[in-house]
Amino acid sequence: MTDLELPTKGGFSFDLCRRNEMLLNNGLHMPPFRKTGTTIVGLVFQDGVVLGADTRATEGPIVADKNCEKIHFMSPNIYCCGAGTAADTEAVTDMVSSQLQLHRYATGRESRVVTALTLLKSHLFNYQGHVSAALVLGGVDVTGPHLHTVYPHGSTDTLPFATMGSGSLAAMSVFESKYKEGLTREEGIELVAEAICAGIFNDLGSGSNVDVCVITKGKTEYLRNYQLPNPRTYISSKGYTFVKGQTEVLSTKITQIQHKVETVQSGDAMEE
Amino acid sequence: MQNVEISIPTLNGWLLGYPVTYLFSNEKLKKATGVVSMQSLHIYKIYVTRYPYVTGTSVIAMKYKDGVIMASDTAGSYGSTLRYKSVERIKTVGDHTIIGASGEISDFQEIMRYLDELILYDKMWDDGNSLGPKEVHNYLNRIMYNRRNKFNPLYNSLVLGGVKNGQKYLGTVNMIGTHYEDDHLATGFGNHLARPILRSEWREDLTFEEAVKLIEKCLLVLLYRDRSSINKFQIAKITAEGTTIHPPYSLRTYWGFSHFQNPSKGAAGTW
Repeated sequence: MTDLELPTKGGFSFDLCRRNEMLLNNGLHMPPFRKTGTTIVGLVFQDGVVLGADTRATEGPIVADKNCEKIHFMSPNIYCCGAGTAADTEAVTDMVSSQLQLHRYATGRESRVVTALTLLKSHLFNYQGHVSAALVLGGVDVTGPHLHTVYPHGSTDTLPFATMGSGSLAAMSVFESKYKEGLTREEGIELVAEAICAGIFNDLGSGSNVDVCVITKGKTEYLRNYQLPNPRTYISSKGYTFVKGQTEVLSTKITQIQHKVETVQSGDAMEE
Repeated sequence: MQNVEISIPTLNGWLLGYPVTYLFSNEKLKKATGVVSMQSLHIYKIYVTRYPYVTGTSVIAMKYKDGVIMASDTAGSYGSTLRYKSVERIKTVGDHTIIGASGEISDFQEIMRYLDELILYDKMWDDGNSLGPKEVHNYLNRIMYNRRNKFNPLYNSLVLGGVKNGQKYLGTVNMIGTHYEDDHLATGFGNHLARPILRSEWREDLTFEEAVKLIEKCLLVLLYRDRSSINKFQIAKITAEGTTIHPPYSLRTYWGFSHFQNPSKGAAGTW
């Protein structure tokens, strides 16, 4: 009687969890996750939504990436900011973005924000919070402008303004005191930039620059590095010149690059 | 409250509160053991503040043109229950200082006893000098740090402000003894929610009305986003003329955003 080995149906295999626990008990130090320790915000204004994010990615106490992109593309009319583990936010938004594209081919229509929302929340709920992605999803579709927050365990909120990440309290203090309904586009962008700056300057997990994305009916503007409030200020204003002859040349040897000629077979006929 | 067994070389040490050992020459040793107790002491009840029970939430304070302004709500929470709704968490100390506390209320009451005693003894000297905010801050810092070193902290974060000889002073000290001064301070949640606002909008020359507006802005954010705050606040100000603690009042909140009506209209299962 042969043992029927059923092929895994896909999804996360929890087999190694016991081994990992044993290793931790024996004193293994796992490398820290690269987290985005972030400030991400979104708000709804008169004609659409504005999303904002800082650009610092941290690995424990170290800044791993000074200028990363936290506003991810979902569809031409929907963008998603991600906080939490960088790999998780990247992977989950990429996956849902592809699913939305396929859905667009199938339906022949523009994607709706609630579609992205439902795909994200069901995926995250399935993984019971182990996919550490906290997202601010915003976009404009036929039904109007929408802004949602998605939490790692799969719950969602629909809000007029939202903040997530370690700098969310600093950004929320700006929103709570200054948000009102019916903001114009300029006011919306300014408020979002102010909230992100509050996160950048008051939270250690956030820093560097401000990214902004404005989504309105029919038009999306991704303003990468909208503000650069942390320039390098202590470099020499005169610049650095390296005069030829400053470094002593000990010996010179010139080797010509030999062009290697390779014949390429004119391609195989495509397999059926 | 725990049963603690402590072995201290002498009974004198227990009474004094720190270990005391005596050095004897060999001949005198026998006589000394008759006089000094070498038994370990069983101390049955040492009251140590391990967890806070009745707590106050944030206090925010800032300097303005004429002096220092401080505000807090009047809530005393018992865990997640709102037990006391009229707790004055800002008090005056002497003629020149106001102090606001967050954390365990009973420890704040104890601190007030120490401070009132300090001021009383100072007045008894009757020498024309009075303790200013800097001195009170330093005294408080010593108390807090020494208690922490004995593993019996006063479970509070305190903000002290005052004016003396025209000099404005604003400082903070907390239960582990960390202390510093700044132009604007907050405790607890106020650090995360109020300080970002103060960092971008505070100015040296705020009038009293402008300062109140700014502080109310911060208090409103705290009311919305801190679960242990209530809509009943007290503002206290201290200037060269003296101290005023205003009666409690409420702020107007706004809940009329269109998105708060029927949020799951477009998306099923969302809140």
